[in-house]
Amino acid sequence: MAIEVRIPTILRSYTGGAKVVEGSGDTLGDLLADLDSRHGGLRARLVTDAGALHRFVNVYVNDEDVRFLGALDAKLNDGDSVTILPAVAGGAFGFAAAAAIAGHRAAVAAR
Amino acid sequence: MARYDSLLDACGGTPLVGLPRLSPTVPDGAPPVRLWAKLEDRNPTGSIKDRAALFMVRAAEEAGRLRPGDTILEPTSGNTGISLAMVAKLRGYRLVCVMPENVSTERVQLLRMYGAEIIFSPAAGGSNQAVATAKQIAAEHPDWVMLFQYGNEANARAHYETTGPELLHDLPTITHFVAGLGTTGTLMGTGRYLREKVDGIQVVAAEPRYGELVYGLRNIDEGYVPELYDATVLSRRFSVGTRDAVLRTRQLVEVEGIFAGFSTGAILHAALAVAHEAVRDGRRADVAFVVADGGWKYLSTGAYGGTLADAEDALEGQLWA
Repeated sequence: MAIEVRIPTILRSYTGGAKVVEGSGDTLGDLLADLDSRHGGLRARLVTDAGALHRFVNVYVNDEDVRFLGALDAKLNDGDSVTILPAVAGGAFGFAAAAAIAGHRAAVAAR
Repeated sequence: MARYDSLLDACGGTPLVGLPRLSPTVPDGAPPVRLWAKLEDRNPTGSIKDRAALFMVRAAEEAGRLRPGDTILEPTSGNTGISLAMVAKLRGYRLVCVMPENVSTERVQLLRMYGAEIIFSPAAGGSNQAVATAKQIAAEHPDWVMLFQYGNEANARAHYETTGPELLHDLPTITHFVAGLGTTGTLMGTGRYLREKVDGIQVVAAEPRYGELVYGLRNIDEGYVPELYDATVLSRRFSVGTRDAVLRTRQLVEVEGIFAGFSTGAILHAALAVAHEAVRDGRRADVAFVVADGGWKYLSTGAYGGTLADAEDALEGQLWA
């Protein structure tokens, strides 16, 4: 069973630079385990020690966020397309800058 | 109502229009599935952000954080800046916007016209550069007030108190609400209101998926989820790529005569997906979605003409929503 997985730039060091890799599995959890057998270390960047998806990682099956489809238990089918993205959508600039300024202000307030 | 005391009072109360040509055809005897567009481009500066800007400034005034003559600092890639610039002008504040240089020229011109000052962050540096620029500015000007739309409850409250009630009043049979996911304010506020009032309401997010440059973070830990975001308010969340967003934006103007920005195309893409699912399942559906802004500010991208591939190239590396 082949499932196409799109890898973001920041995680391509685990796939030898490949933008798209193939894997298999009945669920997202199975798929990530399968990928990790060939791309060691990749799973640990996506899943926390507690076994949940990392807060700043978004995974989509056929363009839909897996957190609303059962997360790591989300069912997969042959021919599905999985996309992994860092959580910055909706304006990476705004989010990052806002977080930075908020962090700075909190630090100032705490002094 | 057609008469207002000032432009600020004309915020909200936007029309909800049916889309008879884009709504999917249902088989004979099957329950109707209809799409409805909430025309947020009819707000004073032409986008849904007027609602949040007005509520955030009012909340800061009421809390005593903002006094006449103060300077407001906001990192924004566009519409919020334009809305804040208008509100700041009418309420007597100075506005400084920090924004990446890879936004459309119309946005920059509009901001300056409304009187905002702009500090650019180099596009090439991605969000890491933006973080550095923002930190530096905040350090140099500790007295500037940042409304922080990503974590400001008044942003979501604007939609809880206005957008949500307007939708329910105009479409009591609403089954789905679809909007874009940026600060998450629209979805959180409207979604919470509708969940309280409408049994079984589906709250659907459409999130723009940009080109790779935008995701050029050094590592996953530098990601960011807005403080306002509460996943339990949403039913589903779609990621919509540039090509689908452009296709739907063009379809909306070609078929229904609504000239919108590209984020609206992404929202329509998700709205059509849930509408077609309802047809397949034989369920009645009244799907209301947000037209976040008009297309005027994006004309210079050239993405309204030519092939879809050309349009995709034109928007590569741009924050198109």
